[in-house]
Amino acid sequence: MRAAPLFLPAAVLLTLAILWELVVWGLEVPKWIVPSPSAIWQAFWEMRALLGVHVAQTMLEVAIGIGIAVTAGVSVAAAINFSPLLQRAIYPLLVISQTVPILALAPLLIIWFGFGIAPKVIVVTLFCFFPIAVNTSDGLTSTEPELIDLFRSMGATWLQIWRKVRLPAALPFFFSGLKIAATYSVTGAIVGEWVGAKQGLGIYMLRSSAAFKTAQVFSAIVITSLLSIMLFLAVFALERGMMPWHFDER
Amino acid sequence: MTLLAVDSLSKTFSGGARRGSRGEVDAVVDLTFNVEEGEFLTIIGPSGCGKSTLLRLLAGLVQPDSGQIVLQGQPLPSPSDRQGRFGYMPQRDTLLPWRTVLENVILGVELAGGSRESAREDARQLLPLFGLDGFEDNWPSTLSGGMRQRAALLRTFLAGYDILLLDEPFGALDALTRRMLQQWLLSVRTQFSKTILFITHDIDEALLLGDRMLVFSPRPGRITADLKIDLPHPRDENTILEPEFLALKRNALAHLKL
Repeated sequence: MRAAPLFLPAAVLLTLAILWELVVWGLEVPKWIVPSPSAIWQAFWEMRALLGVHVAQTMLEVAIGIGIAVTAGVSVAAAINFSPLLQRAIYPLLVISQTVPILALAPLLIIWFGFGIAPKVIVVTLFCFFPIAVNTSDGLTSTEPELIDLFRSMGATWLQIWRKVRLPAALPFFFSGLKIAATYSVTGAIVGEWVGAKQGLGIYMLRSSAAFKTAQVFSAIVITSLLSIMLFLAVFALERGMMPWHFDER
Repeated sequence: MTLLAVDSLSKTFSGGARRGSRGEVDAVVDLTFNVEEGEFLTIIGPSGCGKSTLLRLLAGLVQPDSGQIVLQGQPLPSPSDRQGRFGYMPQRDTLLPWRTVLENVILGVELAGGSRESAREDARQLLPLFGLDGFEDNWPSTLSGGMRQRAALLRTFLAGYDILLLDEPFGALDALTRRMLQQWLLSVRTQFSKTILFITHDIDEALLLGDRMLVFSPRPGRITADLKIDLPHPRDENTILEPEFLALKRNALAHLKL
């Protein structure tokens, strides 16, 4: 990723922040309705130690959730592609599962699994599972039949066909799914925390909001965005490392 | 010596079960022919006549309805008998994009469980002959169409089979690159003792490269002519202008009924 494409949006963002600061200052908007960027920064700086604890908790939920989603998503995708019967039976259900409002499920998860980390991890997993499973499945299906013919004509075993053709061919699709999942995952964790938690950015936002500490809410929102961007970039870096042929002009 | 004997081979596909890569259903009826050791046999016919199906039958990707395939006196009735016995090169470009040229060309040895290191060594020695010297660490996506086909050919050669089944290897190339690769194949051919079945829909290519030519009828494919191409070697780009060549071409065109 070159610097040039990021320069323009950064400039726009900075301009908007300055405008925002000026409007809040000029119209004397009360801080608890709309805080200025400088007030948000101040709220962040004052609470930075506490925020670190909350961020660590949220990211722990995200990491476990993504881990489970990757394992389950890839397994389901492989199973679907292994058997046409499973494909017909499960694929439509996968799509339907995505129409379930996870937001409404979150309070139920608290009832079922308590106030610990489990319900948050489950929400993250629910958010991340679908894009990974569907993309990986599409990737496995999209393997060119000519490649599989070539391997069969060379007497390859099905294990060789999976390891040397189908899985590498599905990698770009898997990473597309993982990038979407990574950007959803932090939001997922916050949804999970929102309905009840001891620690985490979600509960921090909820408490700050209840106390009309709007600047704190905003600072947590900014952190959430930054964390999502960082995760996205981390996946992008992993993708580059694992699929050099996709990026190198060698 | 007869290396391969194909006897009364028939295959029909019911209701579009398997569609050819161009979208039509190919079928072949009662194919009988022998291939001698070291022979370069070209197969020509209109598209959809089942030429590719013949190669897929030989490669063990499709099972015939009737007839048999005998390699070195040994019948190979089931697909798994034939898989791993022929060097099959599909029509579409099939280099693995995630492997460098060198790792692509050793695939056959690797799948057969041979030593990858000695395969790499063999490959390195052949790279110059295949015009790939200095490109062994390139990704296939960075090669030209002609180089990709040469890499795919090298992979087929290195896999170590006696018979190569080449399905329109130059079909997707532009006319000039195709001419260059034909000349190149003529020049390297003498260095290998391979038996080759070469499918093409280009009659000049079939006559220029082959020792013998099978002409297929339109669908369903039958062999309508089995022509010996007794043009002297070495052949080059001027061969296609010789009177003997033109006489052969006239004869072949008559059999093709175009």
